Amino acid sequence: MFLRQYVPMAIAFVIGVAFAVQYYVPHPASEGLLTTVNDWLIVVSGFSMVLGLASLMGSHWAKVRRAVPGWGYSLVVFLGILGTLAVGIVSKGKMFAGEGLTLTALGWVYDNMLVPLQGTVFSLLAFFMASATFRTFRARNLEAGLLLTAAFLVMLGHVPLGEYIWDKLLGFLPSKADQVMGWIMNVPNMAAKRGILLGVGLGAIATSLKIIFGIERAYMGEGG
Amino acid sequence: MRVSFIVGLLMSLWTSQVFGVEPPPLSASDLPGDDGKAVLLLWPRMPYEASQVFYVVQGAEEPEGPFEEVTRFPSTSRYRTERRAPFWTWRKGKDEHFFVVRTIGGTPLESSREYYFRLGVDLGEGPSFGSAVSALPKPNWFDFKKLNNFIFMVLFAGVVLWFIGRARKKELFLRRIPGLDAIEEAIGRATEMGRPIYYLTGRLGMSSVSTIAATIILRDIAKRAAGYDAQLKVPHTDPVVMAVCREVVKGAYLEAGRPDAYKEEINFYVTDDQFSYTMAVDGMMVRERPAAVFLMGYYYAESLLLAEVGASVGAIQIAGTDAEHQLPFFVTACDYTLMGEELYAASAYLSKEPALIGTLRAQDVGKAFLTTFLVLGAIAYTLGVWAGIEHKMEYFLDILRDFP
Repeated sequence: MFLRQYVPMAIAFVIGVAFAVQYYVPHPASEGLLTTVNDWLIVVSGFSMVLGLASLMGSHWAKVRRAVPGWGYSLVVFLGILGTLAVGIVSKGKMFAGEGLTLTALGWVYDNMLVPLQGTVFSLLAFFMASATFRTFRARNLEAGLLLTAAFLVMLGHVPLGEYIWDKLLGFLPSKADQVMGWIMNVPNMAAKRGILLGVGLGAIATSLKIIFGIERAYMGEGG
Repeated sequence: MRVSFIVGLLMSLWTSQVFGVEPPPLSASDLPGDDGKAVLLLWPRMPYEASQVFYVVQGAEEPEGPFEEVTRFPSTSRYRTERRAPFWTWRKGKDEHFFVVRTIGGTPLESSREYYFRLGVDLGEGPSFGSAVSALPKPNWFDFKKLNNFIFMVLFAGVVLWFIGRARKKELFLRRIPGLDAIEEAIGRATEMGRPIYYLTGRLGMSSVSTIAATIILRDIAKRAAGYDAQLKVPHTDPVVMAVCREVVKGAYLEAGRPDAYKEEINFYVTDDQFSYTMAVDGMMVRERPAAVFLMGYYYAESLLLAEVGASVGAIQIAGTDAEHQLPFFVTACDYTLMGEELYAASAYLSKEPALIGTLRAQDVGKAFLTTFLVLGAIAYTLGVWAGIEHKMEYFLDILRDFP
């Protein structure tokens, strides 16, 4: 009980207060403390990767062993890990001169396999966005209608074709499409965003205080 | 004879004004509220200042030099008014010039070491320098520029603690949050359908308050899932968060009286790469078709990639994030969204613990205080512009400004 509850609470209190105060202290000793703790964080994160890797391999090995549906994907994970490891060991970290580029073998794997895959996934976002937009922008009620109108005006202001359409159809109005878009983004949108951010700021401070004073203990696996 | 006399008189007047100019007296001191690596130079405004007249500041590590040029600027600039500092640490005005020296000859100043400075006036014929002055930069233990922030933090902490005490004596009203009310329904649905519940804690590590909030909500969801004997899955992108969540889920299962149902595999690590994680979780969702998906914590571009797949497999989705730029995606693709502070309020709402509810009331007081200041500030500044005294209103606005 003492080690599992009071010691972590005491550490959270001392470190929490120390680093809340640290923000106001410009002395190099304070900056040094922050740097040291950040260094510790990096070291702990490095070691925690072992934990992550053990979990990853454990869960996928269990799938392969039990031959659960989709176990072939787990096999791909092992092949990927072992393949990358083999590339690193065999190349011994040597640099290879490519087309105007010098890379290690692992760098080549990263640039030519992982980066294109990441780009592919990111490009999917456009299609996901289109499907989500199609579902949401149906003017079922007043709020959805307002959302649809605002979104349509912002789209008009963002693309040259939109400006052309605006000029042709609504050219008699005193404002241009980009001005209307600018107003929507900078006035109602910004006001709502700042309102949310104010709440977030206060909520984050309140949550930090709850943890520092030991009122919130759920993150330790204790009742909150 | 008469013409040459007049020309001679004018020339002597001109030379006395130009070549006989004395540089203003320079004062050098430690810059207050810093890490001791800067010196503040001040000197009074002079009558000969013009855009063609330049001030030249030189610095040296020894009193006899060699002096190196630190800066050169027109004499009509760098007045006190141009420095961004709050009124309680810095007097604004156009009666003095200032310059903050951080380097001499590209070398940063060191704390507790004496430096020498001299000021020159250049009228176009090369600068004429006054005598050198010295200053010893020293580190400080409090940055008074952040005094407003400090006072607000102390006041807010006091209000939080006061409301916690009050909430223990008197029940406080809590408005309904539909997203949190729907948790029970989502878990019940997953149990009835015999499908898993997916709980995601976001992309950030344990140093993020939103991740901490996500782990706190996980406790409640895990407790309910344990009670219903529903299958919970928590894929992770950070091993430290995974370790914390294992403790949280284990505690929740114990509290629900189902320690036998707890498995280490509930929490599992996927990868720390953003899109690899997204695709792995999307793939699992497509194959296992979860009945409920919880997306709590901080998200980046993967928010819609995850939420759309969740929606496509027919899961009831509850999202909660303080990433304001991802909120529209969650609102679009999820059934319920906890916006910003609602994510932090969730633990109080779900546990109904008086101490936690007290902090919500304190947040409301904080918001009321800030809103009042914003409205008063807007009115004051508008009136200031109308009356032509907007510079005076800067004093009021300084109270709410951040001075890094």
